[in-house]
Amino acid sequence: MAKKISILIVDDEESVRDSLFNWFVEDGYRVECAENAKKGLAILESESFDIVLADIKMPGMDGLEMLRRIKAIRKESIVIMMTAFATVDTAVQALKDGAFDYITKPFDPDDLSHLIRNASKQISLIEENEILKEKVISLENVEDMVGESEAMQQVLKEIESVAQSNASVIITGESGTGKELVARAIHANSSRRFFPMVSVHCGSLTESLLESELFGHEKGAFTGAIYNRKGRFEMADSGTIFLDEIATISPKMQVELLRVLESKSFVRVGGNKEITSDFRVICATNRDLKTMVEKGTFREDLYYRLNVVNITVPPLRERIKDIPLLVEYFIRKYCTAMNKPLITIEPTALKRIEEFPFPGNIRELENMIERAIVVGNGKKITLKDLPLGKTAVQTTTESLDELEKNHIYQILLRYNWNISATAKALKVDRVTLYNKIRKYDLKQIE
Amino acid sequence: MDLKNIVLISFGYFGKELSEIISRDVEHEFSLPVILQEGHWDLSEFYNPLRRQYDANRLLDKIDESFATINSKTIGLFNVDLFIPILTYIFGQAYLNGRCGIASVYRLSNERYGIINDDQILVNRFRKEVIHELGHTFGLIHCTNTTCVMRSSTYVEDIDQKKHFLCHKCRSVLEKNHLSQD
Repeated sequence: MAKKISILIVDDEESVRDSLFNWFVEDGYRVECAENAKKGLAILESESFDIVLADIKMPGMDGLEMLRRIKAIRKESIVIMMTAFATVDTAVQALKDGAFDYITKPFDPDDLSHLIRNASKQISLIEENEILKEKVISLENVEDMVGESEAMQQVLKEIESVAQSNASVIITGESGTGKELVARAIHANSSRRFFPMVSVHCGSLTESLLESELFGHEKGAFTGAIYNRKGRFEMADSGTIFLDEIATISPKMQVELLRVLESKSFVRVGGNKEITSDFRVICATNRDLKTMVEKGTFREDLYYRLNVVNITVPPLRERIKDIPLLVEYFIRKYCTAMNKPLITIEPTALKRIEEFPFPGNIRELENMIERAIVVGNGKKITLKDLPLGKTAVQTTTESLDELEKNHIYQILLRYNWNISATAKALKVDRVTLYNKIRKYDLKQIE
Repeated sequence: MDLKNIVLISFGYFGKELSEIISRDVEHEFSLPVILQEGHWDLSEFYNPLRRQYDANRLLDKIDESFATINSKTIGLFNVDLFIPILTYIFGQAYLNGRCGIASVYRLSNERYGIINDDQILVNRFRKEVIHELGHTFGLIHCTNTTCVMRSSTYVEDIDQKKHFLCHKCRSVLEKNHLSQD
C-alpha cells in the first residue's frame, strides 16, 4: 500500500466503534473514533481523514447533518453512511447529499472490505487527478510563449497579473504577433483552466453564421439546421471564450454581444429558452478599437465592457532580441513534429533573419523555419533555404524539381493547405496537385 | 517478555487428528511449543438469541480474563457461529499484538454452503484461521500477498486461495516482533 489510508469512525455505540476499529487496524489502516457527530467534526477540523464512516442515527446531530457539514468544508471527502434502520428515503437522501455509499448494519464482512477498497480506489483516483492537473498546468504554462526581450517580459507579467481575475481582456497587436497564444496563456493560468477555451474567428464568418456559431441554433431555425446545435458561449461554460478579430463584427452583433456579456444569458437562434453560461471573454484585434469608437463604427459601451484590461503584443521588429530563441524553438518544434533529427542554423542565415522586417511577424518567421526544414538538406538551415528576398531567390543551386517543390509548399501554406484553392492558384487541377504532394512527400504540420 | 509457548484451548470436540495437525503446523510456523487444552464452558451465556450467534467480543474478553498469561499466546477454538456487532459473522478474531484470539470451525465446513463435506479441506481452512489469528497476536496486520496466511479472508473461498504459512515479508515482521517481545 503506497499510502496508509486513514479512517474516522463516528458512532454512538461503543461496541460498533471497537469492532470497526479492530477490523480496520488489522487491515493496516490508520483509524480514529468519535462517539458523536460533534466530536467527529472537531477531530476533522484538526486533521484530515481519507474516509469517514458515520452512523446516521446518533443523539444530537445526526449523521446526515454531519455529512452536509463535512461536504461544506471539504467537498471531495469520502463519507460512508451506516445505519441499522435502512429505509430507501434515508439512503437516497444520503447519496443526494454527497455520501460515497450507504451500508446497513450488521455488514457482511465482504461488503465492508469491498466498500473500503472502492473508497481507497476513489482516493487514489482523486490524488492521481490532482497530480495530472499539476502536470497539465506545467505543460500549458510553457506552451509557445518564448521571449526574453523587455517587451515580451512585460506581456508575460501582464498575463500573470490578469490571469487570476475574471476581467475581460482585449489583446491588441499586429497580425501574426501571437495574440491567440496570449489568450491561451491567460486561460491556462486562470482558475478556469480545466474547462474549455473556445475560439471564434469572427472575421471569417458572416453575420448570420456568427450569430448561429455564438448562440447555437434549434432544429429548423433556418434552412439546413437539421439538428439542435450548441453555441460557442454554451460550450465555453466555466471556461473562456476567445473572440478573434472582434473589430469585424457587425453593429447588430455588437448589440447582441453586449447583451450577452451583461446578462451571461442568451437564446439559441430559432429557440425561446434562455440559456445561461459562465464564461470569461478575451478578444483580440489588430485594429485600433478606440479610433473605431470615435468614428462610430464600434459601440462605445461594448468597448468599455470588453476593454477592462488591455494587453498589447509587440511586433517582431520590436523584439529582435527574441529571434534566435524563436528560431531555435521553431526548429525544435518542427524537427520533432516531422520526426527529423534536430538541426542548427548557419550564423549568416540567422543574421539575415534578424535583419528581415517580418511584416507577418512570428507567424511569418514560423512558416519560414517550417519551410526551411522541409526543403533543406536536413543538417543545417542555410541562406538558400530561406525566402528572404532577392539573395535567396537568386540562388542557382536548386534543381527545377526543388524549385517546384518549394513553390508548391509555399502556396499550400498560403492557402492553409486548402487543396482546391492551392490548385486554382497554381493553375493545375486537384489530381495534379495531389500527385505533386505525393511526389515531393509534402506534409501538413499540425 | 519471555514468551514460552502457544496454548490452544478447544471448546468442543474437534477430533484428535485435527488438533494434532493444527498443533504441529502452529509449532512449526511460530517456533514455539504448543500446549493443547480443553475448555469446559457453558457457551449459552455468550449466545445472542436475536442474532442466533455467539458474541465473539465477549468470548475473546473471557479467554483473556481466564486463560491468558504474559508468557503465552492463547487461542480459543470453537465450533459455534461467531459475530461481532457490526458484522454478520466472523471466522475468528484476536487482540492485535495482544495475548489471545479465537477461531471457529463453524463456517469453514463445506456443508454450510450446500457442498459435500471434505475433512481435508476443513482441516486446511481451520489451521489457516488459527495461524492467521495467532499472527495478529504477534502484531501482524493483513497482508496484500494473495498466498500469505495473513491475507484477509471474508469467504471460505478466500481462505482456500492462501497457504497455511506466512509470506517472506510477514515472516520478517514476525521475527522482528517476536524478538522484541522476548
